[in-house]
Amino acid sequence: MKGLKVLSFAAVVLIVSVPLLAHHGNSAFDANHAISLKGTVTEWYWANPHCVLQFDVTDDKGQVVHWATETSNPADMVNRGWGKLTLKPGDQVTVTFEPAKNGKPVGRILAVVLPTGQKLSGGFGRLEGSLGVPNTGAEGGPKSDDPSKK
Amino acid sequence: MCRVERFALRLVVPVFLLGALLSPRCALAETPQRERSATKEHKTSPAPAPRHDISGTWEPANGPGDGIQASGVKAMPDDGKPEHQLPYTPLGLTTLKSHKALEGVDEVLPGFYNDPRDRCEPIGFPRTDFYNLRQTQILQSEYKVAILYEYAETWRIIWTDGRELPKLVEGGVQVGKEIREPRYYGYSVGEWVDDTTLVVQTVGTMGEDKVWLDLAGRPVSDALHVEERFRRVDHDHLELTVTIDDPKMYTKKWVAMDKFPMKLQDPHTDVMEMYCSPSELERFNKLVGNPASGADSKAPER
Repeated sequence: MKGLKVLSFAAVVLIVSVPLLAHHGNSAFDANHAISLKGTVTEWYWANPHCVLQFDVTDDKGQVVHWATETSNPADMVNRGWGKLTLKPGDQVTVTFEPAKNGKPVGRILAVVLPTGQKLSGGFGRLEGSLGVPNTGAEGGPKSDDPSKK
Repeated sequence: MCRVERFALRLVVPVFLLGALLSPRCALAETPQRERSATKEHKTSPAPAPRHDISGTWEPANGPGDGIQASGVKAMPDDGKPEHQLPYTPLGLTTLKSHKALEGVDEVLPGFYNDPRDRCEPIGFPRTDFYNLRQTQILQSEYKVAILYEYAETWRIIWTDGRELPKLVEGGVQVGKEIREPRYYGYSVGEWVDDTTLVVQTVGTMGEDKVWLDLAGRPVSDALHVEERFRRVDHDHLELTVTIDDPKMYTKKWVAMDKFPMKLQDPHTDVMEMYCSPSELERFNKLVGNPASGADSKAPER
């Protein structure tokens, strides 16, 4: 019986653990569409394999939607003018991003307008060139050059 | 291995490497800065390549993204084109199918892949050449060449002291009379075949269950023999050509990287950390990766 309990626990752990390994490919996002939202930063997470910008958006009815959007990795972001201290909770930003195809409030960032008015690239997307943000050559090219594959 | 031993190992290895790099008897050096200043002064006409010297900080000449190789090795991407079809053996094909890759023509849905990369396993050789080849620091002495890769902060040593390439044997390699274990970064020896070309041979790498060739999940085995040809075209430019010879996985040799261009960086360049952290990866997946891929039905947590 004790062995059965151990096995059951192990099975649960395995089932729970699988999704934690789910890094993603490009196919999860709609690269043909861009959304721009103005919101309030709740966290700027400077980390590998991708940085994550979380922000809240309040709609006309007062409903708050929490978004989690990714950028490229820190090494790429430094080349685009970003740093760990670029944003802090409470900052007002406008985020332009490619949304997830499944409709979840997640996406990958094309560009961000900072509270200072400065516009920085998020390191993703072939639309980047038309957004008026610098392209360091690490993105926007053929598929094999896409930093989102990091 | 207990926690204390793991901690000691983590401490000892970097200290040993640093000591090796700084040792007066074995000083691994870059070309002096005086010569490097030519990078900016001779943009239209770089100085000639120095003799027997590939040291420096190098970056893909076509931009940082050129070395990512998301669709697989640069010269033979896994894009479904007939000219990029690799000459798999039956075992090679079976192994390829067992590798569930996030990229390539047989890419699987997120949540179903098994790339060792995403467990923060050592990326291994030759994948260091074929995945996220970014800023690459090369230091050399008369005995050895050390390559420090930006991705995962990995390094490897290429011996240029005239020693023979170890012989591949069952279970590892033979070094003299000793049988040594396979290693993630193998055993490498280099030879200057002319004034500006270093040819490096590597054997004794890990098997197909440990190291993938590229992000598309193409396989390599412990029978792998890799030839890297580093050719310094001029002072500021380096070309890398890599040939794969793996009779277990492929029926013939093939070129995975063909004169891949690298350009010299300012010697003061401070290469950033680019590490794999299980805890950061887990948090990223909770916030973005899983919701975006449908592997998590919940809204992203804060």
